[in-house]
Amino acid sequence: MEEHHGLNYVRTEMLGEQAPPVSEVGAVRWVRENLFSGWVNTILTVISLAVIAWAVMAIGPWLLNSVWEAESLAQCREILAAAGAVNEHGTFGACWGVINDRWHQLLFGFYPPELYWRPILAFVLMLVALAPVLFPNVPRKWLFFSVAYPFIGFFLLWGGTVWLPLMIAAGFVVGYIAARLTSGYSTLITSAAAIIAPLIWWFYLMGPVTEALHSMIPIGLEAVQSNDFGGFMLSIIIGVTGIVLSLPLGILLALGRQSNMPLIKTICVVFIEFVRGVPLITLLFTASLLLNYFLPPGTNFDLILRVIIMVTLFATAYMAEVIRGGLAALPNGQYEAADALGLDYWKAQRLIIMPQALKISIPGIVNTFIGLFKDTTLVVFIGLLDPIGLSSAIRASSDWQGIYWELFIFIGAIFWIFCFGMSRYSMYLERRLKTDHR
Amino acid sequence: MAMDSGAPTGSFRLSMLLYDTRYRSYTIQIFALFLLMLGAAWLVDNTIRNLAALGKDFSFSFLWNVSGYDISQRPIEYSSTSTHARAAWVGLLNTLILAVMACVTATVLGVIAGVLRLSNNWIIGRLMTIYIETFRNIPALLWIVVFGAIMAESMPAPRDFRGDTPEATMQVFDSVAITNRGVYIPAPQFERSLGTLDLGFVAPSLDAIAFILVVVLSIWANKRLIAHATKVQNATGVRPKTWWKSILILFGPAIVLLVALGFYLDYPALAGFNFRGGIHMRSSLIAMWLGLSFYTGAFIAEVVRGGIMAISKGQSEAAAALGIQPGKTMRLVILPQAMRVIIPPMISQYLNITKNTSLGLAVGYMDLRSTLGGITINQTGRELEGMGLMMLIYLLLSLLISSAMNLYNNRVKLRER
Repeated sequence: MEEHHGLNYVRTEMLGEQAPPVSEVGAVRWVRENLFSGWVNTILTVISLAVIAWAVMAIGPWLLNSVWEAESLAQCREILAAAGAVNEHGTFGACWGVINDRWHQLLFGFYPPELYWRPILAFVLMLVALAPVLFPNVPRKWLFFSVAYPFIGFFLLWGGTVWLPLMIAAGFVVGYIAARLTSGYSTLITSAAAIIAPLIWWFYLMGPVTEALHSMIPIGLEAVQSNDFGGFMLSIIIGVTGIVLSLPLGILLALGRQSNMPLIKTICVVFIEFVRGVPLITLLFTASLLLNYFLPPGTNFDLILRVIIMVTLFATAYMAEVIRGGLAALPNGQYEAADALGLDYWKAQRLIIMPQALKISIPGIVNTFIGLFKDTTLVVFIGLLDPIGLSSAIRASSDWQGIYWELFIFIGAIFWIFCFGMSRYSMYLERRLKTDHR
Repeated sequence: MAMDSGAPTGSFRLSMLLYDTRYRSYTIQIFALFLLMLGAAWLVDNTIRNLAALGKDFSFSFLWNVSGYDISQRPIEYSSTSTHARAAWVGLLNTLILAVMACVTATVLGVIAGVLRLSNNWIIGRLMTIYIETFRNIPALLWIVVFGAIMAESMPAPRDFRGDTPEATMQVFDSVAITNRGVYIPAPQFERSLGTLDLGFVAPSLDAIAFILVVVLSIWANKRLIAHATKVQNATGVRPKTWWKSILILFGPAIVLLVALGFYLDYPALAGFNFRGGIHMRSSLIAMWLGLSFYTGAFIAEVVRGGIMAISKGQSEAAAALGIQPGKTMRLVILPQAMRVIIPPMISQYLNITKNTSLGLAVGYMDLRSTLGGITINQTGRELEGMGLMMLIYLLLSLLISSAMNLYNNRVKLRER
């Protein structure tokens, strides 16, 4: 140490750490790496900023000049002109007055206004009924309510006698009793009994029994005709019913397509390929124009019910293909393991195959659901008043002729919320069910 | 004594039809066949009785009657005195025109949006996410109606283009007019036209056929040239310069042909209250085209993104280790592999476009559904025959598209040994 003392060109203490260059830390670094890392990136950034600036300039003032209290487009324009919201093309501002004026139509169609509490209650109860199905931390006992909900919802929406939904529900009890009575025989006989007995009940016995009960104890709500249904209420009724029915039917169809019985397989393949090959709109026209040809003379049943059947059949075919993909992705060892355990076909499907296959196909299943919900707008072509049909009606009315952005934004936003919500839920479900440790 | 060992044979009992898995499948199938035939018989019987009650028969002869209605967009000769069959054919052509246009633009949009969503550029990634999530989660029909309303209500009327200080002006060097009646674009014309080849059901322009033929031949010749250059390179190690020969082969014959035919562009011009000349793309076509392209483009973007993300990171790292530039990595390493993942879902998107063209009714586009499945059915009352024929055509169309794309898919499929 002594001899180094005189050498003053050797440092005796370390220099303090210097701050990194400004361009390598914090926001500056982030901007450099993410926005201006090369000339291509720089051009893209500049274009994006220009697009955003243009959009804000175009939409911002329009939104800021919103008018909520107006009874017609002319009145709205007067308010805008008085406020000085004018550009070279005339008044410039959003007339949300149309939503204020017609929101009840867009949501409920022509449902009697004094009965709005019924669809609202049905919607809230639907959320309650869905909760135990969608989320695992809801008590399992609530599933009983989910099972009962279709009948409650039907009764609330359509009204009429309380005995009709009760007697429809009784059909399932009849099926259960028939299955119990024949449980000693082959599963084939049991399942045949469980299907045939309720059909006999629904088609031949239910009508007179309902009438008799109704004449004895007339309880019920004011009946609402299907013609009065419309708006998002209609979309949700068709969409949710289609979604709930298409999953189990799609599973059956997919199993049928995988079956090693040539006849069953052919029937399923023909059905799937036919439905997937034609546009939904042709099936809907079949429901509205052709069903009268195919049913016994004089039968006529509800248009909404026909549409639900057609939309369900349509979604079922797509669902079957999605699930078939999931089944195909399962390694053969799973089937062999189920056989080795001595499980019969249905037990193997229920305990081993389906839980895995369905998990794999969650994204596809939810995409099919979203597609189905969006496709409910097509019912406008056969005269049902879905939100888009109502928007055309509002645009054709003398008060609101010439308005479109506000209506379309409202309708689009509601559809967006539902569909985006479904896709987020599917991601949540995938995360929750993930069992691998990658 | 050998009979005693082994499985019991030859003792078939009737109960085995229900309990023995070997025979049960036959029972089920026979039962299903019985139900199927019963159902079919029930439907046919109902239909016959209903038709009889209505006093109708089942015949397609209405197709040869005079249609009596006009179609706004006519790719081939058609008037209200033509037959219903001709009207259906015009509708089918309109469906195909729309489907092809929408498939092309949706693919371009989707590939751009899908690649940009994966870009390192934060801001453009977010913009593309907004585009994709907005268009994917709102029904196609709403988009079509929105674009229809924009075309009909926001665009200037042709009369706004008149006067010394017009309210509206034409776009792109005064060659494109966007009006509320549609878009007018320049039309290619030939002074010394070869005429059209009239095949009865369709009349393609011979000029277009000649042009396409020349372009295809040029591309083929250019491929030969490059193959030859590669051969020379393999033999001698020196690659001959080909770029000017390529340009000459690719563009020379086409230009010569265009000059020989006297090619010029017919610009749309204001005449009276409307535009004359050029090609008139009606508002309905524009609305359908834009609506389907943007809607399906968002789905294709997700397909492309999924395909690119399915390629393992090792591939791009290996390419980087070899010193390949990022752009070339995408073109030569990632995309060829991603294509195999992308093509099957892409096929179903093309099928969706084709089926969604049937939404044309919403904006008055005269496609197959609006002609054969709409006005023809209303006028003749032949719902059963009309709908049946229309479904059959859509079914054939779907099968054709999917089999054509499957052929392509088989070509690019990974060959595993």
